[in-house]
Amino acid sequence: MLILTCPCCGVTGEETEFHAGGEAHLKRHGPGSTEDQFEEYLFMRENPKGVHFERWRHVYGCGKWFHAARSTTTLEVYGTYAAQTHEPPKDLRDTISKKVPGWTWREFQ
Amino acid sequence: MKRYSAFAIAREAMRHHTGWNRAWRDAQPKPKYDVIIVGAGGHGLATAYYLGKNFGITNVAILEKGWLGGGNTGRNTTIIRSNYLQDPSAAIYEKSRSLYETMSQDLNYNVMFSPRGLIMLAQTHHEVRGYQRTAHANALQGVSTEFISPARVKELVPIINIDGPRYPVLGGLYQARGGTARHDAVAWGYARACSDMGMDVIQQCEVTAVRTEGGKVTGVDTTRGPIDCDKLGGVVAGHSGHLCDMAGFRLPIESVALQALVSEPIKPCMDVVVMANTVHGYMSQSDKGEMVIGGGTDGYNNYTQRGSFHHIEETVRALIETFPMVSRLKMLRQWGGIVDVTGDRSPILSKTPVEGMFINCGWGTGGFKAIPGSGWAMAELMAKGHSPLTDEFSMHRFREGKFIDESVAAGVAH
Ligand SMILES: Cc1cc2nc3c(=O)[nH]c(=O)nc-3n(C[C@H](O)[C@H](O)[C@H](O)COP(=O)(O)OP(=O)(O)OC[C@H]3O[C@@H](n4cnc5c(N)ncnc54)[C@H](O)[C@@H]3O)c2cc1C
Ligand SMILES: [Zn+2]
Repeated sequence: MLILTCPCCGVTGEETEFHAGGEAHLKRHGPGSTEDQFEEYLFMRENPKGVHFERWRHVYGCGKWFHAARSTTTLEVYGTYAAQTHEPPKDLRDTISKKVPGWTWREFQ
Repeated sequence: MKRYSAFAIAREAMRHHTGWNRAWRDAQPKPKYDVIIVGAGGHGLATAYYLGKNFGITNVAILEKGWLGGGNTGRNTTIIRSNYLQDPSAAIYEKSRSLYETMSQDLNYNVMFSPRGLIMLAQTHHEVRGYQRTAHANALQGVSTEFISPARVKELVPIINIDGPRYPVLGGLYQARGGTARHDAVAWGYARACSDMGMDVIQQCEVTAVRTEGGKVTGVDTTRGPIDCDKLGGVVAGHSGHLCDMAGFRLPIESVALQALVSEPIKPCMDVVVMANTVHGYMSQSDKGEMVIGGGTDGYNNYTQRGSFHHIEETVRALIETFPMVSRLKMLRQWGGIVDVTGDRSPILSKTPVEGMFINCGWGTGGFKAIPGSGWAMAELMAKGHSPLTDEFSMHRFREGKFIDESVAAGVAH
C-alpha cells in the first residue's frame, strides 16, 4: 500500500484515496509537430526500472492533481510536488540523489 | 530423450523410479549462437521450439535471469480462449488455442490442457451488445463461440447467482473449447523439447547489455559473460521496456502488477471457467480443488511482483455477489506478476530499429493462452523476416494509428 501526501491540501493518505494518472511531464507539441513527437506524446513511455515521476489525483479528498516521485523497484515514495511545473523541483531531485546516486529520468538527473 | 509413456511409468514402478532422467540439460553458455532468445517464459521457449521444429534452426540459446517459467508463465491463472473481436487477434489466438489441443502429444509432455468451456458473463446491456457482436465476428473468423441465455449459464454453472442485485447475469459469450492448462508444464515441456533438439536453456543468466555494431545486433552481455549472436529475440514480458532501453529504443509499453489468488481446496463445484469483466473478477477450479481467482491491475508502474492489497479485496467482493458461496471460502495464497501493457491492449511481435533484433511482448494480462501461437509466429518472423500472423502487430502501428483495439472489447482481458 503506497502512502502519499497531497501537496495541495496537505493530507497524508493511503493509495486508495488517490488515483494514479500515469507518467509525468509529457510534452504535448503544438500544430506542425512531427509524427514522432505525436507518437512520443501519446504512446511512448519511460517505464523505468527505478526512479519514476508520475501524476496522481487526490480523488477522495480535495480532488486536485499533483506530481509524485517514486521508485518502481522498491515502491518508496520520495516525495510529492505541485502540478503546475514542467520539472521535478531541485530539492526533491537532491533527496533522490542521496538515496539513489546516479539516477536519471529523461533529461533529469 | 527418453519418452514418457504408460509403459515407462510401469517400468519405473518396477525399479523404484530410479530411471527417470533430467528433463533438460543444465547448459553452460557457449561464446556464440545463431539465435539468442532472452527470457525463458512460455513465449521465449515456444519461439525457440518452433525455430527448431519449423525452420531447423537449432544453434539457439534461451537465456533466463531467474528460473525457467518463473515470470508470468508460472504466475497466471491459465485461462485459454480465442474469442477476441479483431481479426488479427482471432488469427493468432485461435492458432494458439488449436495448438494447445495437441500440445501434450506434440511435446510428449502432459500439459493438462482442459477444454472445459469458458463463459464471459454479460452483466450490463452494453456487454450484451458487445458480446453478441463478438460472437458474430467470431463466426466470420471461424472461431467457434455462441451467445447463450441466462438460463443456459445457470445450467452450466449451478453455483452462480444469475439475478444479483446490482449486476444480474443477462447472458454470456460461451466458447466450448476454451479452458485451462497446467502453466508450469507448458514451460517445462517446451524446455525439454528445446534441450532435446540441442538448444541451450541457460538459467541464472541475466542479460545486462545489448551489443550492436553499425545498427546491427552482435550479441549480449550477461551475468555469465558476453555471448555473440546473429539474431536476438527479446521475450521478457514486463521487462521489455528495460531490455529495449539497453538496445537504445523505447516501447509503447508500461509495466504494472497483476494479482491472482487461490482458495483452500474444495470438492468439484464448477467445471467451466467464468469471467465477469464488469465486476473485474474471474474464477475456475483447479484439479486440486482450489478456486483460482484473478483480478485487475494496479494503476501505477511497478517491477516488484507485488500488487496492492485493496485490489484483492475488490475482486473477492465482486465475486461474492455473483458466486455467494465464495464468502465461505478461506483464501490460501496470493501473488503478483509484472505484466507489459500496450496502448491498445494487444501484443507487439515486431522487428525493431536494431537490425537483427526482434521483440515479442505486450501480452499484458492475457498471454498464457497465446504461448504456442506466439512462438509459432515469432519463429517465422525471426527466420523469414515476416509472418502473416505478426504483420499487424508491429511496434510501429501506434504511430500509424493502426490499433488492434481489444481494450474496447473487454475490461479485463486475461
Ligand atoms: C496474475 C496473472 C494472471 C494471469 N492470467 C492469465 C490468464 O488467465 N490467461 C492468460 O492467457 N494469460 C494470463 N496472464 C498473462 C500471462 O501470464 C503472460 O502474458 C504470459 O505468461 C507471458 O509470458 P512470457 O513468456 O512473455 O513472459 P514471462 O513468463 O514473464 O517470461 C519472461 C522471462 O524473461 C525473464 N527476463 C526478464 N528480463 C531478463 C533479462 N534481462 N535477462 C534474462 N531474462 C530476463 C524473466 O525472468 C521471465 O522468466 C496472467 C498474468 C498474471 C501476472
Ligand atoms: Zn488533496
